[in-house]
Amino acid sequence: MTGLVVLIPIALALGLAGLAAFFWAARSGQFEDLDGAALRILIEDDTPLP
Amino acid sequence: MNVAARFDDGGEVTTSTFTVDGLRCAACIAKLEAGLPQLSGVVSARVNFTSKRVRVDHAATLADDDLLSAIDRLGFQARVFVGENDAATSRESRRLMTALAVAGFAAMNVMLLSVSIWSGAGGATRTLFHWLSAAIALPAIAYAGRPFFASAWSALRHGRTNMDVPISIGVTLTAAMSLYETATGGAHAYFDGAVMLLLFLLAGRFLDSAMRARAADGVAALMRRVPADVLVRLPDGATQRRLAAELAPGMRMLVAAGERIGADGVVEEGRSSVDCSLVTGESVAVAVAAGDTVLAGTINLDGPLTIRVTAAGDATMVADIARLMESATQGKGRYVRIADRASRLYAPAVHSLALLSLAGWLVAGAGVHQALTVAVAVLIITCPCALGLAVPIAQVVAAGALMRAGVLLKDGSALERLAAADTVLLDKTGTVTLGRVEPLAGVPADPFERGVLLSLARASRHPLSVAIAELLEREGAVAVPLVDCVEQPGLGISARLGDRMVRLGRPDWVGAPETGDRETIAAFRIDGRAFHLITFGDSIRPDAAAAIARLRRQGFAPRLLSGDSTRVVDTISDALGVDGGARMTPADKYRVIDEMAADGRKVLMVGDGLNDGPALKRAFVAMAPASGTDVSQLAADLVFFGDRLMPVPIAIATARRTMRVVRQNFALAIGYNLLAVPLAIAGQVTPLIAALAMSGSSLLVVANALRLRGAAR
Repeated sequence: MTGLVVLIPIALALGLAGLAAFFWAARSGQFEDLDGAALRILIEDDTPLP
Repeated sequence: MNVAARFDDGGEVTTSTFTVDGLRCAACIAKLEAGLPQLSGVVSARVNFTSKRVRVDHAATLADDDLLSAIDRLGFQARVFVGENDAATSRESRRLMTALAVAGFAAMNVMLLSVSIWSGAGGATRTLFHWLSAAIALPAIAYAGRPFFASAWSALRHGRTNMDVPISIGVTLTAAMSLYETATGGAHAYFDGAVMLLLFLLAGRFLDSAMRARAADGVAALMRRVPADVLVRLPDGATQRRLAAELAPGMRMLVAAGERIGADGVVEEGRSSVDCSLVTGESVAVAVAAGDTVLAGTINLDGPLTIRVTAAGDATMVADIARLMESATQGKGRYVRIADRASRLYAPAVHSLALLSLAGWLVAGAGVHQALTVAVAVLIITCPCALGLAVPIAQVVAAGALMRAGVLLKDGSALERLAAADTVLLDKTGTVTLGRVEPLAGVPADPFERGVLLSLARASRHPLSVAIAELLEREGAVAVPLVDCVEQPGLGISARLGDRMVRLGRPDWVGAPETGDRETIAAFRIDGRAFHLITFGDSIRPDAAAAIARLRRQGFAPRLLSGDSTRVVDTISDALGVDGGARMTPADKYRVIDEMAADGRKVLMVGDGLNDGPALKRAFVAMAPASGTDVSQLAADLVFFGDRLMPVPIAIATARRTMRVVRQNFALAIGYNLLAVPLAIAGQVTPLIAALAMSGSSLLVVANALRLRGAAR
């Protein structure tokens, strides 16, 4: 039982961190072009993007 | 990707968005994103592959046409994307997505605790877990449930009911009862059920919002095409700039080459050609001389014209079409989507069922607490999560399949309407034909002459020259260098090749014998060699016959509606074996569809021109080729890319398959509920059974919809 006191808050905190990361990603437009994101990894990128 | 707020030279930066045809792979993305910034004035370019668009940040001095030709040089066909009015829609989508994320987070964590309870946690542990669940679920419900609560509240305030009313009541009652159970140390709390319900419903709502039509003001976009001011010649010979709205019939206006014409009128002086693509969608320039009529919004290409105004402002043809389109939008009435029709039946049924169970248990002598528990269980079990997913998930999967087949779906309900269509009407120019001018005959075969012709054609932006250059480049001609290239507006283009003159232009100017024909003809000659008379025309889409045959197999009798002359329409309708109506004005087309609608027919209209705009708006469902005018694309529900007509029957077949899956999904969802409801009424439902029933039916519906992935064929 005592383990739960530590483990449950840890589990919740990790979950909340994931949620916050998702909010950030959604706000910065990372879900706007999902098909494109899958393809961009194939672009040979010798020069950095502008 | 950071957008530079200022450009190097201190000029302002604006953003333009283009729809790009032919985006297929990673190399295409790289080509555009690396190639466009090479153009001086372009700050950056970003491709959105999903929506097939490229957003370009560029100096305000750079016109859209320059960017279009830059994209063209990179090997893509692009068009200016109009109706970038989707800020509100994307804000709604984003709000639903964050609500969905919160519901997902809460569902996972509450379920974790619930699984422990189901596997036997009891006593103090169970109470602690219930309290923890409450602490996670209640704020999550308050946040993620807002879209439903708000919509239910506004419906109730207006004395109506919608799908959100049973959802809101169900979720609120469940949460309240579970809190009571938790406080009194009861065995069953339904926090997991309430949160999971929200999760599934939000998933459906989110997919649905992604499918909604982008609001766009097509009529306003149309009227922007008429210039705001024009140059007027006063009776005393002086000239003056006047607002287009101040023009009156009888005034004379001067239109320079390259300018848009500000009012309908008759040419008095000058010879030129006019680009009517705004009105007809056809890029073949029309030659005009004294006595010919011209329309507001078209572009004068070659030489200056003096035009006597016959109609200005609200009386012009463009304004007329805009008015027709507006009345079509109002007259059409709102199509009631199948999901809304289902929910109208559903909400009262569910509420009566829950009330009856409450009353039944009270009459049978149960306590208030027990009777309420049963009623809430009925509400949870019947909550329409599979029903809420049934339509949007099928539409999203089908839209993805259509997108891969080259058809862009602008509104999810378009699939429902397309599946129900029983009549197909096709515009001719630009729909059954390609709608662009191509050299049909007379291009020289000799490689040297072809090289000279290519160099000449490249030196001009005249549509006929561009068409020749495109054809020769496609066939691999090698340009021969020329000197002293001179373009004479309205006549043609000449250059020197060694000591010989070469010319491309009007037959009489080049010196060729006059042909009696009014067809579009250009002559080409190298001094000392034979003339080449190049004829131009609009060719039928390569697979038009096959597409029409397939439409016929689908049970349609396609008809052509065209504004063209009877002779031209007859040639094409004979070639394809369909009925054709010629010489139809925009109002005629509109009336034909109006009459058919009055007969109860559901018309699919396929058209590309401004003159099709009112008809497209009036039709039950409408498709437009991506090569058409902006107006037709705004008025249509589906837009298809490429040179083929086959996407039309493919879209119809896909729509029918989608509706079949939607109906199966409804049957699955309702069947599942029918199995579980007796258990709920009997008071046998535990949180475990409720969770299984909910997720089971939702997964089944999603899996069934995924079968549509290959449906566009």
